Order: sequence, then C-alpha cells, then structure tokens
Amino acid sequence: MSLVHHLPILVVLVPMFVAPLLAAVPSRGHLPWLIASLTSLMTFALAIGLTGQVLAHGTVTYELGGWPVPFGIGLAVSPLSALMLLVITGASLMALLWGPASMTSEVGHQHQSLLYASWLLALCGLSGIAVTGDAFNIFVFMEISSLASYVMVAAGPKRQALTATFKYLITGTVGATFYLIGVGYLYMMTGTLNVADMAVRLADVSSTMPVLIASGFILVGLALKAALFPMHAWMPNAYRFAPTPVAIFFAACSTKVALFVLIRFDFLILMPHLPGHADMLIGLLMPLSVAAMLVGSTVAIFERDLKRMLGYSSVAQIGYIVLAFSLLSTAGLTAAIVHIFNHGLIKGALFMAVGTLVLRTGTSRLDDLPGIGKTMPLTTLAFCLAGVSLIGVPLTAGFISKWYLISAVLEHGSLGLVLLGAILLSSLMAVVYIWKVVEVAYFRDPPAESGGGTPLGRREAPLGMMIVLWIVVGANFWFGLDTRLPLGLANMEAPLLMGGQR
Amino acid sequence: MSINSLGLYNYWIYGFVLVIGLYAVLVKGNYVKRMIGLSIFQGAAFLLYITMDKIEGGTGPIFVTPPQPGDLFANPLPQVLILTAIVVGIAVTALGLAITIRIKEEYGTIEESEIREVDRQA
Repeated sequence: MSLVHHLPILVVLVPMFVAPLLAAVPSRGHLPWLIASLTSLMTFALAIGLTGQVLAHGTVTYELGGWPVPFGIGLAVSPLSALMLLVITGASLMALLWGPASMTSEVGHQHQSLLYASWLLALCGLSGIAVTGDAFNIFVFMEISSLASYVMVAAGPKRQALTATFKYLITGTVGATFYLIGVGYLYMMTGTLNVADMAVRLADVSSTMPVLIASGFILVGLALKAALFPMHAWMPNAYRFAPTPVAIFFAACSTKVALFVLIRFDFLILMPHLPGHADMLIGLLMPLSVAAMLVGSTVAIFERDLKRMLGYSSVAQIGYIVLAFSLLSTAGLTAAIVHIFNHGLIKGALFMAVGTLVLRTGTSRLDDLPGIGKTMPLTTLAFCLAGVSLIGVPLTAGFISKWYLISAVLEHGSLGLVLLGAILLSSLMAVVYIWKVVEVAYFRDPPAESGGGTPLGRREAPLGMMIVLWIVVGANFWFGLDTRLPLGLANMEAPLLMGGQR
Repeated sequence: MSINSLGLYNYWIYGFVLVIGLYAVLVKGNYVKRMIGLSIFQGAAFLLYITMDKIEGGTGPIFVTPPQPGDLFANPLPQVLILTAIVVGIAVTALGLAITIRIKEEYGTIEESEIREVDRQA
C-alpha cells in the first residue's frame, strides 16, 4: 500500500507523535511555534488530500493494523468527516499562524513548548473523533482533546482562567462520561463498538429499554460537550479567559465536533431502530435550539465584553445547526453541515479580529475601546465584515448558511413559518450586537492622549497577523460566492445520513 | 419481580453511585469535594461496564490451554475498555486537582462562594 492509502490514520498520528517531541524542545524563541505550525500545516495538507479522495470515491475506510472490521478498529472518513477535518485542521493552522505575537504577550515564553504540545494533542484528538468509526475510540479521542484543551484554557493570562477551566473540566468530564455510559448500553445490546456494525445489529434489539436509555445518555452527554442551550454555561468564560489563539481554534471547531458525533449517532444508529426517536429529536432538540438562538443572541446584545459576546453568539449559532438537523430532512442536514463549515469561518474571523484588538489595547471590554475604528481601522473593518457574514448578508458565507437553513425550514408548513420568525429575529439581534460594536468603534471619540483612558500604544497589529486575519475574512466572502466545496460534501453526506431512516 | 430486582443488584448499585457522584458534582461548593464527586461518578460508569461482561458461572478470561466449547468465561473486552477509561479518569482527576491547587494559590480558597466574592471585589 502506498502512503496515499494511509491518509486517514496519518492525520491523527502526525500530531500525536510530534507532540511529545515538541514538549522536549526548549521554550525559547519561536521554535516551538514553528514546529507546531509546520505540523498543523502538514495535517491540513493531509486533510485536503483526504477530502480529494472522498470527493472522488465517496467514504474512505481504513482498517487499523490490517484487522478486519468489526474485530479491529476501523476508520471511516465520510464526506462529513472530511469536512470536519478541513474545519479542524484549517482552524488550527490559521490560529497558529495568526497567534505567535498574541501567545507571547498573553502567556510569555516560559511554557510555550508544553502549551504547543497540548495544542497538537487537542488537534490529534479532534481529528481522531472526525475519522474514527469506533464508538469507544470516539470517547478516548474526546478525552485526549478535552484534557489538552483544559491545559490550554488554564494557561490564560487572568486568574479567572483557572475557575473557567475548572467549570469546563467538570462539565466536559460529565459529558464524556454520559457518552461513555450510553455507548456501554449500546455495547450491552449489540456486542459491537463499530458504528456501522452497531447500526446493523441494533435491528435485532430495536425498541428495547437499554437502547432508549443509551439514546438519552448520548444525547445529554454530547449536548453538554456541544454547549447546547441550556448546557452552555461553561463556554463563554472558557473562551474569554483562554489565550486568544486557543479561543480562535476552539471557537471555530471544538463544539461542532460533538455535534458531528451526535448527528452520526442519531441518524445512522438510533433513528432506524428506535421508534419514537424522531419525535424525541423534534420534541426536545427543536425547542432547545430555538431557545438557544433567542437566548444566546439576547445575552450577546447586553454583554459588554467582546469575547464573551462572541461566546454567547456561538450559543445561538449552535442553535442554528441543531435546528437545521432536527428538521430531519435532507435539506435540513445539508443546511446543518454547510453551517458547521461556514460558522467555523465566521467565528474564527471574529475572534481573530477581537484578538488583534486585545493584543494592541490589552482589553476586550467594549467600553474601553471607544473610537478604535479610527486608531485601528483595518482590524475594525475586518471585524465588521466578519460580522456582516455572521448576520447573513448576501455575498457572504453566512448568507449561504441562512439561505439553506431557511429553505429547509420552509418545507415544514406553518411550523416552518414560526421557525422562520425565530431565525429572522435571532438574525436581527445579531445586527444589534454587531452594530453595538460599530457604534462604539466609529462614532465615539478615542480617549485623549493625556486623559485617564487606557494609555496604550494603539496602532495597527503586526503585518503577519493582519495578513492571516484578512485571509480568513476573505474566505468568508470566497465561500459566499463559491459554495462548491462545503455544499458538495454536504450533498454527498445528507442522503447517506437520511438513508439510515428507511 | 423481587428475584429479578436482586439479580440486577450490581445495576442498582451502579445507579445509586452514579447519582451520588452527580449530586456531589452539582451541589458541593468545595472544589476538592466536587473532584471527589466526579471520581465517584466515573466509578459508576466503570461498574456498569464491569457488570455487563460478567456471565453467571463464568470464570476469568484466562486460559492456560485453549478454551473448550461450553467453557464459560467473562467477556474481556469491556474490562480492557474500562482499563482505558480508568486511565483517562486518573488523568482528569490529576489535572482537576492540579488546577485546584493553582486556584488555591491565586485566590487563597477553594470554596466557590468565596472565590466569587474575591472576583467581585477585584
């Protein structure tokens, strides 16, 4: 077998093996960052190669160690896995390329090699969840990525980072253990851990009590991990107090990985074999997702800290994704998958812009940033353009998401009209909280030099940072015009997922 | 019913331990107590896996000679899985306690209410 056949496992192995080596590198200068960036670049290239294979041949499977599935562990890269891989590795690469100056100013040089080693472990874990076809493997990779993320969030510059991490650790572990228990019940009934095999064997024991209990445990566990309202309490603070590059990386992909697992379990395994599961998804997830959209957006309007505002905005955006797939239609799944991709671009760009402001001003509190549009025009403009994409104005990636979401919702008659109202209301709220920033940034005067305001060197950020920021902002517009990649993968995946229903 | 309930003895314990752990995690304000609760909670999940692999009258899955048809032995796979999960649990506990130590250093307390008070004054 040539190397090309090993792409699925290489995506996981490369960061896994570089991480311990990186931990041994001395934390001086830019060497740890350089190694992490090169590794991340390599995994991104592997993910692109893998996506090419998936686009050409459909789902790519791989038998670990040559053991035949279901006895050995099998990897299965479906179109959605490939899309997740692109989002994960892309977010990691962009956040790393953007981040060295920010990381050094927030964390210092002392423990950088350990921090970047954790970064690679988180990358390894998240990619592992995306490629593996084994339910227990998902748990292990989830814990690898979570443990690494706790370490990284705790490295934040303020001491509240520690309490935020503690909350994150408790919630994350409870979520992962719930998932583990759910998988235990499924294993009890089927005797297999392979996701595809489980879907086949559940036919014999469908509609039994343990399967029902399993679905509950898995749903709650993954909803905790995905920060679905009302289980989102850990998320805004974890994003606010984490070092900014870490916040960019996680905001773009980590909660969506839990949704990815939830989609696979619900549609491939549970939906065909558990009567009433569809009703449960509609009855439970749909109201929760609508509540997430409205509550998340409302809190974001009143939040005065930019990073926390973006965190609550993410709560709302997770709501869009969950609403889309809780419609249980091919169009809905397509919208969910497209928005997983586009929201990664949008939130990544927004966090990058805020991070650039933080690097120069030392604060993410909106009230400390009057007139920032005059002192840092390019960064503020980038924030506004990414905000436009968040709102969903035509020609942006966000518009594509909203378009598919709304057309999926409108298939549902009068219920669809209610949902459409909620989506429009939530989008209007996004206009309000983005405008709130615009107002402070452009229509208030910067503090006088001698005044009691923040006496900080306000000038544009370093060139490298600006280039990466504008690449990501540009991607928001690129994928607003050229939707072939996310839409192509979504169109391949949605029928596969819905096929399980028949 | 009563025999059946007793036969599921381990599962009753599992449910009981699960709820005790979760209660401590959700209700206690002391960070060390919450970590203890988290460990108890994870222990319940381990017990679930270990219970399901047990077959009545079965031995441990260790054979000097190849097993004959009709030999009853426990399923080794969940045991292996849970060995992995225990290792994960240890890592989580160690990290959680390390963060608790750092919180004690920064705040001088590990009581949630007092930490909130310190943050409010700052």
